[in-house]
Amino acid sequence: MKLRDAAKPIEPRSMTPDAYAALKKAGSSRRDFLRGAGVMIIGFSMTGKATKLAAQSPINPTGLVDATLVDSWVAIGADESITAYSGKCEFGQGFQTVQYQLIAEELSVSMSNVKLIFCDTGFTPDQGVTSGSQSHLAEFGPGGLRQALDTARDALMQLASQQLDAPVGQLVVQNGVVSLQSDPTQSVTYGQLVQGARFNLTLNSNTVPKDPSQYTILGTSVPRVDIPAKATGQFQYVQNVRVRGMLHGKVVRSPIWGAHVVSVDQSSVAGMPGNPQVVVNKDFVGVVADTEWHALMAAAALNVTWSNADPLPSFTGLYDYIQQQPSSDSYTVNSGDTAQTLQQAVQVVSAQYLHPYQMHGAIASSCAVADVQGGTGANATAKIWSATQGVYPQRDSVAVVLGIPNSNVRVTFVEGSGCYGCNGNDNVSFDAALLSQAVGKPVRVQYSRKDENTAGENYGPAHVNKLMAGVDKNGQVIAWTSEAWTLSKGGRPSATAPGNIITGALVGFPAPVPTPSAATPPKTFANNSNTACNYVTGVVGTNPPAGTGTIASQQVLVHSIPSPYFTGPLRSPERLQNTFANESFMDEVAAAAKADPVQFRLKHLKDQRLIAVLNAAATAANWDTRPSPKPGNARTGVVTGRGVSCVLYEGNNGYCALIAQVSVDQDAGMITVTNLTASQDSGPPSNPDGLRNQMEGGALQGMSRALFEEVKWNDQAGIITSTDWTSYPVFEWGMPIPQIKTVLLGPLNAPKLGAGECTITLVGSAIANAVFDATGVRMRRIPFTPSNFLAAKGS
Amino acid sequence: MAAYSLTVNGNSVSLDVDDPNTPLLYLLQDNLQLNGPKFGCGLGQCGCCTVLLDGQPIRSCITAISDSAGHAVTTIEGLGTTDNPHPIQQSFINQQAMHCGYCLSGPMLYGKAFIDQNPGATRDQILAVLGQTQLLCRCHSHSRMLQALVNYAQGTI
Repeated sequence: MKLRDAAKPIEPRSMTPDAYAALKKAGSSRRDFLRGAGVMIIGFSMTGKATKLAAQSPINPTGLVDATLVDSWVAIGADESITAYSGKCEFGQGFQTVQYQLIAEELSVSMSNVKLIFCDTGFTPDQGVTSGSQSHLAEFGPGGLRQALDTARDALMQLASQQLDAPVGQLVVQNGVVSLQSDPTQSVTYGQLVQGARFNLTLNSNTVPKDPSQYTILGTSVPRVDIPAKATGQFQYVQNVRVRGMLHGKVVRSPIWGAHVVSVDQSSVAGMPGNPQVVVNKDFVGVVADTEWHALMAAAALNVTWSNADPLPSFTGLYDYIQQQPSSDSYTVNSGDTAQTLQQAVQVVSAQYLHPYQMHGAIASSCAVADVQGGTGANATAKIWSATQGVYPQRDSVAVVLGIPNSNVRVTFVEGSGCYGCNGNDNVSFDAALLSQAVGKPVRVQYSRKDENTAGENYGPAHVNKLMAGVDKNGQVIAWTSEAWTLSKGGRPSATAPGNIITGALVGFPAPVPTPSAATPPKTFANNSNTACNYVTGVVGTNPPAGTGTIASQQVLVHSIPSPYFTGPLRSPERLQNTFANESFMDEVAAAAKADPVQFRLKHLKDQRLIAVLNAAATAANWDTRPSPKPGNARTGVVTGRGVSCVLYEGNNGYCALIAQVSVDQDAGMITVTNLTASQDSGPPSNPDGLRNQMEGGALQGMSRALFEEVKWNDQAGIITSTDWTSYPVFEWGMPIPQIKTVLLGPLNAPKLGAGECTITLVGSAIANAVFDATGVRMRRIPFTPSNFLAAKGS
Repeated sequence: MAAYSLTVNGNSVSLDVDDPNTPLLYLLQDNLQLNGPKFGCGLGQCGCCTVLLDGQPIRSCITAISDSAGHAVTTIEGLGTTDNPHPIQQSFINQQAMHCGYCLSGPMLYGKAFIDQNPGATRDQILAVLGQTQLLCRCHSHSRMLQALVNYAQGTI
């Protein structure tokens, strides 16, 4: 193979080479960009809404991409090319391919005619953040890509009707060619119809999407468009962005968590190779040099004196500490009668569940490239290549950090490794931007693993959940109470809170934490964090029941306290922690009632789709109907068992169930998961194989989080000790891989729901329930390490 | 400054490097602009930076250029292209065996080196070999990647 020309910069990956060539040719206004792509701006049926014109800024101004306009989403070239723009990106979850399927399906064209450009401020619609199992809802929902495509399709059909002198109902369209049903020789192409014009239409909220029964592309397992390039090493990740004249930066963080800069001895790197430059901005310290290795050497040599810091909470006493702090409180639901109802119970069960801080632990240490020119102020500009999940929020927050108008900042998404939420991608972009601003040259920053683990990402928070339930003489749960504690500091960065991530705070922006406040009565049943279990009715005030269950006497109280570490969304944020507690506890109640765990759940569910996924998983796993623990298992040696878990993710965003089968060496405390059977109803699957792939990954990632993962620190020394893959153990190659079976449900005409975070939410509880079935030992603390198993067995 | 000569994906290259300890990865990534081997941890703990050195998998993030000179380096780019993928790459494509794909050099190259020496290797043998060294996939695509390797080994891609 031919090696690349080292002097040739490589274009950002999110644009196709053709699109990028057109952009370069046209300058950077999107208006000109479209012209360069063969789309002229001439009259089309004007709606009276003036099209915003591109200002003469080198970076596109705020608001140029008006998401209410069809032209912001789709352009049809005279050469029949379809270019679509979206605000939902790809990071290995497969949504890029689903968008290609959607575009091809709604416009009745071939996927190979489509180019999709996603997540580039000033060029693509602002759709916030690609996260939270929201992409399908956004693009298939009101105001999203599908509505834009359908509005465009309607216009094309109207034009074709005029052109072919026939009613729309007598036209057929195939691969971008509209023809008379009665005479296929009478035809016209999209390119001929549009003649390179803009649509100048607003999205029509009444447009009718293609009937799913007519689908030929959506609903099929189209191979992912990104995989061939990834499998052959051709794919350009953000780590591979190379800009002409680019330098390499490294951050220098305090070894003691929360310490401040006292002094920086710049002479400590003087004369080192690569002409290292030292950058200090309040508590932010970094070095920039000509190569990555030189920057790394200089960062290691730089002598920084740090202050002392506030003490960290005791690592071993964290769960007590959490419960002793002043908190911001809220009720998810409170029927007000749980104390009286519990008195009527013949059996009251209670338990406490503990979940540690966990990290995203992306396989790639985060990386970004920034080119900030002109320092600060109205005339300065910034260009950032970032694997952020939200290009617009990053643009708006980094603008504040840099002191540059957001209209002068352009953030282009370039895929990194899987991130699973708010990992270090935004933070490293801030770092690169600050270093570039200081040295006036493009700077690439690639974190070390320690940077990533200890001062780069926002952890998923630790949790304590205390549950209590009362069972009547018929084995029916009559009351359910839950009290949960969580920790919070920061989150995703925004214009009003750049200090939500570490670097924003290092340069002086406050890091928001919860303010203590008493709980007030809830107004609606908002269960987006799955604080309430599946089995309560979810009645709030006089609103109709919004829960999935039958238990009417219910109270769910949440306490949020300030976290010592930055926290943020980690795949199934708090849904996983709460569901670990809720679904483990339901199993404990079932065992107390001597009931089969599946049957006991069904007895307390009223939602038919949740019932359906639970039954589907049980059938697929050949569920052995009987109470747990499994009779006849010895209390030494290796034993096996099965456990179940189910949830309506976020209370309204995806139905799923999971059955785990485990083998437990009770003497060594070693838990091995042998089978995972997952069922899911997220509406009709857009790409069945893609959904199965997500479920399989979620199942194994959930297993890693349940068995191994815990952020550790040394509170005496004030340091986070989970610095690498030895001190933050995870599932590794070579360990037994469970057999994973997936079952897809989803009525064809049902709305799309979230898909990527369902399965992972269930894994901890399903494994804990299987371990209990096998051994009679209840695992109430993640991770399920041998020592935690032996401690639980002994207690 | 010293010049180090090596063969990369069949091409002879000479690299001027001032520090003999400079990791091979940075030179492949920055000087030769290759995208296959990637920085994951810089500690030899994850395998993203895996390349073949004279046919044997090594971690390029902890292998100095001075130790690489005179040897033949193969990255996953050196196996095949999108138009003409190597059978092991085709096997990964057929299984859709990845999420983000960032870790791919590790399982693909450790798998290839073993399977090419042990045609017909079984699932258990392949998994055991991958477990002899620390290799990670954080998207947890292990099931499909293993199936892709098994299919390559059995000639059933």
